[in-house]
Amino acid sequence: MSDPGLSHPGLARLVLAHTKVQLTEQRRIPIALVASTFFPAVAMLAFVVPNVEGAVAATVATASMVLFATMSSAMMGLGIGVAADRELPWDPYLRTLPAGPFPRFAARILTFMVIALISVVPVVVIAWLFTDATITPVRMLLGVAALMATTVPFMLIGLFIGYLLPSKAAIAVSQLLFFPIAILGGLLGNPMDLPAFIDVVAPYMPSRGAVQLIWLATTDVPTQTLPIVMLGVWTVVMGLLAAWAYRRDEGRRFS
Amino acid sequence: MTVLARTVEVTRRYGEVLALDGVSLDIRQGELVGLLGPNGAGKSTLINLLVGLRRPTSGRVELLGGSPADPAVRRGIGVTPQETGLPQALRVGEIVDFVSAHFPEKTDKAELLARFGLEDLVKRQVGSLSGGQRRRLGVALAFAGRPRLVFLDEPTTGLDVEARRALWEGIRAFHAEGGTVLLTSHYLEEVEALARRVVVIGRGRVLADDTVQAVKEIVGVRRVSFGADTLPDLPGVLDVRREDGRFHLVVSDSDALVRELVGSGVPFGGLEIAPTSLEEAFLALTASEAAHV
Repeated sequence: MSDPGLSHPGLARLVLAHTKVQLTEQRRIPIALVASTFFPAVAMLAFVVPNVEGAVAATVATASMVLFATMSSAMMGLGIGVAADRELPWDPYLRTLPAGPFPRFAARILTFMVIALISVVPVVVIAWLFTDATITPVRMLLGVAALMATTVPFMLIGLFIGYLLPSKAAIAVSQLLFFPIAILGGLLGNPMDLPAFIDVVAPYMPSRGAVQLIWLATTDVPTQTLPIVMLGVWTVVMGLLAAWAYRRDEGRRFS
Repeated sequence: MTVLARTVEVTRRYGEVLALDGVSLDIRQGELVGLLGPNGAGKSTLINLLVGLRRPTSGRVELLGGSPADPAVRRGIGVTPQETGLPQALRVGEIVDFVSAHFPEKTDKAELLARFGLEDLVKRQVGSLSGGQRRRLGVALAFAGRPRLVFLDEPTTGLDVEARRALWEGIRAFHAEGGTVLLTSHYLEEVEALARRVVVIGRGRVLADDTVQAVKEIVGVRRVSFGADTLPDLPGVLDVRREDGRFHLVVSDSDALVRELVGSGVPFGGLEIAPTSLEEAFLALTASEAAHV
């Protein structure tokens, strides 16, 4: 549907206005940011620092933990945030503004990416200070790009949960899903020496494909094709499910 | 006169519940229309259809010559958020800027805030505002984008008299400049103070669409109850119930009814006359309509 009018206040300006408001809200309620930053930093100190030795293993483990951090804010943060927002009377008001759903959706993703980047910083600092991990600046940039790309399916899982469920259920379900996805994908413990069961399941988990893509960008560790293909499958399936949940929500909200 | 918003035979169902039942309504340019009805009558559903939050189950909704589902069409309208929904962490000025960013033409921020008595609160976070201040901010947001048509859903519920008058002044000023307003309320006084035309909605249907004066006469019905064995033929009775040997009548003219009752010679006792609530009056109106159809 062509809408010449949408270019008048400018789509980019609307995305900017929505992103600004969402970031401002995040900044004023910093506890959410503290939680999403604190959690992976503690996991890093508890699981990686005491257990991992050697430059390659430490870099690989750090990359895994960085993914762990963004996964948690993508799935839990986005899922719970969307579900909670939907329950506020502000949400139907926003839908009466002349914007359409895109600026808000884009703003959510941009805001999320900013938070994800921030929550990665402590993990990288801990790796630099307390482990043998090493990385070149180019690989670091590649890694950040890979990270942003691989969080898409997890954002879609978060959006799916957020649009499907009320906020209390979204809190429980996103946690219930997050830990199995992280553990079965081999993100916890030594990624080079997975327990037998996890070794079988891991290639089919989106977390495995994501972490392999990040290893590919940041290290010389050999990677498999299957998990990365599966990551693509997860992205498509979750995209369809998130779109379905979004449409369903539009129709049901005030019943 | 140009029609800014129109519903044609609009029906809206929520599962088994019929929220709107064949509603046809025109809102013309320059009108200030009060939409009156008890809770659950279908007022909010009607507004939701007009502002594009809902689609009708059947029938047609037009807004500013287009569809309310089209964001470009919605540039010409202003809507009020519920005051409980305003983002707590944002400042008053930030919310006004954010809403204004959606519109090609904007009301000057200082002027908008002054019109609703919010000029000293620009830097305040919404979480620190009183209920009345939030309500005024919510109403102010409806005017941020220089709309042609404004929808105000229960704008003054829960406000004290002074805040209510200040809000009314803001709404009147907009109307005086040629703006069109559709206002919902369950207070007749509020509609009376602002609107010329009143649309009464009950059980999803338009019960009356008339001047304030005409609707006031309908709403001026009384409840008359007395104990008697039989009920004589009486004028202007809208509703009859019999309970524990007493008749409860909803009537349009209680004086005339009592004269007739005495004149009929039927023995009665324990006569009571009480004003009805708006809701009772609406229900009586619905009931009488059903009886005559």
